[in-house]
Amino acid sequence: MIDHMKESNLAPAQKQALRIVGFLCNWCSYGGADTAGVCRFKQPTDLRVIRVPCTGRMDPLFIARALILGADGVLVSGCHPKDCHYAVGNLYARRRLEVLKRMLPFMGIHIDRFRYTWVSASEGQRWQQVVTEFSEQIRTLGPNPGVRRQAIV
Amino acid sequence: MRIGVFVCQCGTNIAGTVDTESVACQALQHPDVVYATSYMYTCSEPGQQQIQRAIKEENLQGVVVAACSPRMHEPTFRRAVEKAGLNRFMFEMANIREHVSWISNDRDANTKKAAEQVQMAVAKLRFNHPLFSSKVPINKKVLVIGGGVAGIQAALDCADGGLEVVLVERQPSIGGKMAKLDKTFPTIDCSSCILGPKMVDVVQKENIRLSTCSEVESVSGYIGNFSVQIRRKTTYVDWSLCTGCGLCMEKCPSKKVPDHFNEDLGNTRAISIPFPQAIPRKATIDKEYCRQFTKGKCGVCKKLCPVGAINFEMEDEFISEDVGAIIVATGFDMFDHTSYGEYGGGRFPDVISGLQYERILSASGPFGGHIKRPSDGREPKNIVFVACVGSRDASVDRPYCSGVCCMYIAKQAILTRDHLPDANCYVFYMDIRSPGKNYDEFVRRAQEEYGVNYIRGRVGKIYPKDDHLIVQGADTLLGVQVEVKADLVVLATGVEASAGARELAEKLRISYDQHGFYMESHPKLRPVETNTAGVYLAGVCQGPKDIPSSVAQGSAAAAKVQALFSRDTLETNPQVALVNERACVACGKCIQVCPFGAIQWKELRGGIQKAEVLPSVCQGCGLCNATCPPKAVQLQHCTDNQILAEIDVLCA
Repeated sequence: MIDHMKESNLAPAQKQALRIVGFLCNWCSYGGADTAGVCRFKQPTDLRVIRVPCTGRMDPLFIARALILGADGVLVSGCHPKDCHYAVGNLYARRRLEVLKRMLPFMGIHIDRFRYTWVSASEGQRWQQVVTEFSEQIRTLGPNPGVRRQAIV
Repeated sequence: MRIGVFVCQCGTNIAGTVDTESVACQALQHPDVVYATSYMYTCSEPGQQQIQRAIKEENLQGVVVAACSPRMHEPTFRRAVEKAGLNRFMFEMANIREHVSWISNDRDANTKKAAEQVQMAVAKLRFNHPLFSSKVPINKKVLVIGGGVAGIQAALDCADGGLEVVLVERQPSIGGKMAKLDKTFPTIDCSSCILGPKMVDVVQKENIRLSTCSEVESVSGYIGNFSVQIRRKTTYVDWSLCTGCGLCMEKCPSKKVPDHFNEDLGNTRAISIPFPQAIPRKATIDKEYCRQFTKGKCGVCKKLCPVGAINFEMEDEFISEDVGAIIVATGFDMFDHTSYGEYGGGRFPDVISGLQYERILSASGPFGGHIKRPSDGREPKNIVFVACVGSRDASVDRPYCSGVCCMYIAKQAILTRDHLPDANCYVFYMDIRSPGKNYDEFVRRAQEEYGVNYIRGRVGKIYPKDDHLIVQGADTLLGVQVEVKADLVVLATGVEASAGARELAEKLRISYDQHGFYMESHPKLRPVETNTAGVYLAGVCQGPKDIPSSVAQGSAAAAKVQALFSRDTLETNPQVALVNERACVACGKCIQVCPFGAIQWKELRGGIQKAEVLPSVCQGCGLCNATCPPKAVQLQHCTDNQILAEIDVLCA
């Protein structure tokens, strides 16, 4: 995979594959992404999905680590506020992720490489829209050079 | 660890846009993977046998299946690996169908994505540990929310099986919308004659505790052991004394109270029994209109009541119930027929909603079953029905079909022709949707036997002229504009999610769609379950449906509860948080954030305090894990190391 990244860095003229990490809560957004799939709503293929039980499970450091290691974008998606399967998990997530967002520039990471959003299990179309928009946004930003890895690993 | 990877082709669902052979080949490159293959249908019997055989022959310690969504088949494959002797948590799934093959046709990109999703699953699996469930007792009592026909059916079926049932209804009487109907399609059965006995059964069953005028205030707990707070709204009448004699209602001086049971077509009194067949047959006071409350003096009912049941000082009561399962059957509301300004509903008294017409047709209705115009009490000669009012119209945010309107118009038109053989009935429709048993025949009977004029087209405008209403519409089959001089217009209003459906969903922690209808666990295979274990759905709260389907769903939900309660204990989900006491610094942050109160202090020898998770209470959200500063609390099966492993293989 590292080889692949080198290749893509060498040939920026080609339509590069991006590396976008999606953290989806099991109850709403993972279901929403499933709904989008079942409805065959076409989406960009750059997103790789990690399933978490709740956005409240999200340690902001997961996102920071992914971006430091060179992920081009990170998307976190959960249940709409007040509709959390665990009552309040997404409310905690919202605060933490909001703080993380302000931290990113200090780490040398463009703020637009990270987004959090709410998509319910029935909102397949909204999921398609979120993925398409975010992938497009990351494509405009281009590949993430990452933070110098020796410093943190 | 020895890991086997099984890539499903799902016929052509996956193999059509993903090179599954290549995904399997690439999987062999990953550490610990000793076996990888692709198969036509991995979830099928031979597919599962293939996994089990490989576990034995290759001595596998962990299995990755790359197939559909784990929300679909994770339980299937967990059972399969368990049968072959592995712990069911030594299994991971990579979703390469819903998230890969179905959302793009780019074969190369899809194959690459699928391979990476598999790689992530393998990376996570390497950190999996066997987990074991424990057993908790089940409280074999069920709460049914909503006393419409679906809720009644569910309550009766559960009670027949010997379960304790608590039935909660928001209105003073059970019966729901069906109690308001005159007849039912397609048999023209009298609605109250078929529902009435069921309502009586509810109060006669000893193991059903009925609580009307009540709403669910809060819900806590989990499958098998919910605890529910019910608010019983005050009626200002002591129901333990009230005999339902109706004397108070007769003598109440406040006579201009809109009769909600009759869809505001008539008036009732400030103290009333909602309708003659009400269950329970008890009086309630409407505080908004009662003179004792509005003027501060009256008390006629209090003086007259032979049993002294009136109590103006009564307050809301709170009841706590512990139940093992919850059936939600909260029904629906009718679309507000005044929403379309061009139809004049609410402005012109003779433009009425479908349910209002139902009350007019009913012998117990405001006009005693005689069809009259609400404006002047004259018998209408020409009656126009307008279909799809608040259905299949995105402009009013109701893009869905309500499913019952086509049928109830046909029924109402037939009944109209029965009552008034000289009247002309016109139906403006978009399409006729009649996909039930004997439904289409019924619509044809309306057209052919009863001579109802069906006009295919939308109505553009309704306006009064003299003492008529002019209905302007299009006949799209003839391609002409039509105008009908009508005496009465019935708008076939559709159904919508009931008021408060969203708030209740949030209390129950179940999901709802953009229109407020509750989400079933799977649209086809788990139609009455929700994603919250132990909470089931019945009736229109899940989506528009007719009476037979609501009853069927009520019975289905009851059957699910019976199946759940046929065991004495329940296996807990072992994917819960666990504290590493050595790392715990006793800051107490996890105790603060836990939404379920599942973490408490534990005292070790020497008075040292550590956090401790109660596994039977923990729901596995992982909030404590994300909060814990030294990461001493780890959500098992979704630990930091597992998530980081996925991130690392993907980004490194």
